[in-house]
Amino acid sequence: MSNNANIAQEALIPHVAKIINVRSQTHDVKTFAVVSSDDGGVMFDHMPGQCAMVSIPGVGEAMFSITSSPTNTKFKEFSVKRCGILTEVMHSLVEGDEITVRGPYGKQFPVETEFKGENLLFIAGGIGIAPLRSVINYVRSNRDNYGVVDVLYGARSSSDLVEYEEMSKEWASDKDFNVHITIDRAEDGWEGNVGFVPTYLKELAFDNNRTAVICGPPIMIKFVLGGLIEMGFAKTQVYTTLELKMKCGIGKCGRCNIGSKYVCKDGPVFRCDEIDELPNEY
Amino acid sequence: MKKIALAKIDSLLEAISKDMNLFAPVDNKSTVNYAEWKSGDVAVFDKMTVRSAKDAFFPQCENMSKFSRDQDNKIIIDKLETCDKDFVVMGVRGCDIKAIAVLDKVFLSEPVDTFYAARRDHSILISLSCSKPEETCFCTTFGIDPAQPKGDVEMYIVSDYAYFNTVTAKGEKLISSLNNLLENAKDSDIDSAKVATRDIMCKLPLHDVTTDGWGAGVLEEMFNRPEWEQLSSSCIGCGTCTYVCPTCQCYDIRDYNGSNGVTRYRCWDSCMKSDFTMMAHGNNRTTQLQRFRQRFMHKLVYSPANNDGEFSCVGCGRCVAKCPVSMNIVKVIKTMGGEKL
Repeated sequence: MSNNANIAQEALIPHVAKIINVRSQTHDVKTFAVVSSDDGGVMFDHMPGQCAMVSIPGVGEAMFSITSSPTNTKFKEFSVKRCGILTEVMHSLVEGDEITVRGPYGKQFPVETEFKGENLLFIAGGIGIAPLRSVINYVRSNRDNYGVVDVLYGARSSSDLVEYEEMSKEWASDKDFNVHITIDRAEDGWEGNVGFVPTYLKELAFDNNRTAVICGPPIMIKFVLGGLIEMGFAKTQVYTTLELKMKCGIGKCGRCNIGSKYVCKDGPVFRCDEIDELPNEY
Repeated sequence: MKKIALAKIDSLLEAISKDMNLFAPVDNKSTVNYAEWKSGDVAVFDKMTVRSAKDAFFPQCENMSKFSRDQDNKIIIDKLETCDKDFVVMGVRGCDIKAIAVLDKVFLSEPVDTFYAARRDHSILISLSCSKPEETCFCTTFGIDPAQPKGDVEMYIVSDYAYFNTVTAKGEKLISSLNNLLENAKDSDIDSAKVATRDIMCKLPLHDVTTDGWGAGVLEEMFNRPEWEQLSSSCIGCGTCTYVCPTCQCYDIRDYNGSNGVTRYRCWDSCMKSDFTMMAHGNNRTTQLQRFRQRFMHKLVYSPANNDGEFSCVGCGRCVAKCPVSMNIVKVIKTMGGEKL
């Protein structure tokens, strides 16, 4: 019998979590739903944007954003792209297998403060939808607190779109909620938009009376931010996340240090004017 | 104030180590380093240790937890015990005492590092007034007084005697348990030694190094200085400076997959290493210039920004003495610090 419940409070010591569902999203992205092995609960409360350290003991441990919304009180979800040693093994796991999870780490998106009452524009590329999905579903669950919501999401091809079912069916049918999806190159059978995210952003010509949240590959973030500035957005209206190597998650191991910030505890969520104060090393 | 003749100091070390682990600077043929003192070891109080007292609280490698699987492949976690026995660290100079305060800010801030915290709680520090600084010392640059560093007990070496002044209750308890070995002494017996130490410091080659130009608030300016290129060009990224540094606290967490399950351990790591920031999507510091700059910016700009102006260099000079290519923080401080144009 393990005494996991007693030691869960200790920094760096994880919870044991059981995988209760695996959804294959694309050829290299799977979404794992997990619960506590001890009591079937969600292990800890989190807010949108926060992350957790996921591990397979003996293989490795890495930081992932929690893609499920805090309003999902049944399980936590992680969308994992196969791109390294740990994620390769994670992709072989099935329902019933166990992993370990510790967290939550980092700062949340200001859903209860700055975002409240605002029109929201979410812009994501590829696996970058994972952290934003948590915010988006939080907003959908607290719909009255926010204005019009637009989601602009792009991926290399239609088969690289993560959470396509959920966004095209559930999100798009919500009131005052618009979903714009694009893929990089034309494909047979694809009737949606074709083109890169920053290009599509300009074509959609959103007004700047809204708060924008960007997540995706660094190059996409750079051009999307440039586009938003051209459209009259101030950097104080735009939020994004930084991704740096992490080991401890609690601001001590030094890896994610950039300037006077530690991305694991001071981030990963930053307002774009805050990023300007950091050295250009991300 | 108590004292013991240096000729008899082994009897004191013997008495302490009977009940507790005692870490002291020990002669190891060509070098002096902190080690668990055992009967027969020669404790050395007039040479700089190669590594600092950091090891006593944040060891180079330590196991944190064990993972095993039951017959149903379920994960079982065993957290390993934190330190639960008192121990003594003896002969800690002013630089290393200050370094412990720097490490405390990191490891004892929320969420508290329980492994480090347990060691700090169980430690009794005997600081050492520095009677023989090295040529590479520059602790006074950081406002440290090497003549009277604060420990639970302060230790002074004056001619043929070691003097002990208790500061805390912990220190009082230790010293009173050793009363039968110690003689009474006058507080004024150590005054001349303090003066002598302060006098020597003024004569050291690096005594005039100042932190002018460094500190919180010069991030952008310092980060973009062209001098980084020339300064970093000789760096071979060996990480020696980070290992001998009493305040470097970067660590790695790894799993050892053995026959009895998995042991998760942490070990010192170094921001000077090329894979330190390597992750699946790339590496945000790919050049030695970036890594070199990160280390010194962290000590001289980022740390002060987060800790009310406190630098995370204590001027112990170990990196100055040990860098294989003679590059060091003093050159960095001097090259880019000083009066602004």
